Amino acid sequence: MNQWKIFSKGFIKENPVFILLLGMCPTLGVTSSAINGLGMGLATTFVLVMSNLVVSLVKSQIPDKVRIPSFIVIIATFVTIVQLVMQAYVPTLYKSLGLFIPLIVVNCIVLGRAEAFASKNTVGSSLIDGLGMGLGFSFALTLLGAVREILGSGKIFDIVIYSEDYVTLLFVLPPGAFIVLGYLIYVINKIKKA
Amino acid sequence: MNYFVIVLSAILVNNIVLMKFLGICPFLGVSKKISTAAGMTGAVAFVMVLATIVTYLIQVFILNPLGLAFLQTISFILVIASLVQLVEIILKKVSPALYQALGIFLPLITTNCAILGVAILTIQNEYNLLEGVVFAASNAVGFGLALILFAGMREHLVMMDVPKGLKGTPIALITAGILAMAFMGFSGLV
Repeated sequence: MNQWKIFSKGFIKENPVFILLLGMCPTLGVTSSAINGLGMGLATTFVLVMSNLVVSLVKSQIPDKVRIPSFIVIIATFVTIVQLVMQAYVPTLYKSLGLFIPLIVVNCIVLGRAEAFASKNTVGSSLIDGLGMGLGFSFALTLLGAVREILGSGKIFDIVIYSEDYVTLLFVLPPGAFIVLGYLIYVINKIKKA
Repeated sequence: MNYFVIVLSAILVNNIVLMKFLGICPFLGVSKKISTAAGMTGAVAFVMVLATIVTYLIQVFILNPLGLAFLQTISFILVIASLVQLVEIILKKVSPALYQALGIFLPLITTNCAILGVAILTIQNEYNLLEGVVFAASNAVGFGLALILFAGMREHLVMMDVPKGLKGTPIALITAGILAMAFMGFSGLV
């Protein structure tokens, strides 16, 4: 039960995007479509799980003073791996996510979980925490991407829902990201209270 | 490359915060008062220009000749992190007044994606060193412009009668959206 709680808290209760407001740059930057949001979410999840795993494994070896730089090196290693793998196997997605792939390294969620959770907990819990938080992040990005894609291009996951003649282009442009996220946080807060 | 185009594009057309979504954390985090927003802008401008110069030199003189371009992410973030530490130490010693003003913002800058983003973009756009410096400086101005404008709006927002559920972050995000819409008016300028 306890493990389930660690896993599930990332979805609504401590959702990194909607509640903790961490990692806002990729959240707003890449979610012009649902597939981009999902891709970014899964890339971040991989980095989150692997860095949580490694940090919890080596936590007793790292002197307290160089803790943060060591975490950053661990995270940057996995970001580089993701970068190279995506470049090789999903080049189109890699292109559309662009700059935000290397920027996973400065995503506050990853360093935040390493510092707040993985450096204090067992390997198993850290893995579950990373997976839960990562999937919660992916969920938020996919939801935001889906709403923007439906409103802004009349499609979801590239499946046409209604004619492009009726779309509001603004929602796939930068201002739409801010506005949709604002209203989504409002809705999530309502749900959480109910 | 026309310097004028770089400056105009970085400040208005492709504003780093409102169009490229870099540095959103400080944009939302320290934008409640104009004075703190100005302090943050100063710190970001300082580190952004310095970091761009240093990372550019590392890319051109170390990573490229040795064929280590894949180490870009790791080396850049380490350089930026240590640079921030160094700036903090030097500033404390040399100019306590400036340190007082910027001090609390400096540690936050390491995880500010605008710094790493601009450093990587300088390499990706294949600028030379001078163009890189101009690019970094104008991005810093663009960051400051967006941040200070937004802080001004938020100072007024506190006094507004906002619907209950939208108070705080949601209304701030929607306001930022409207600000971004205003900046879209500049598109096509260059």
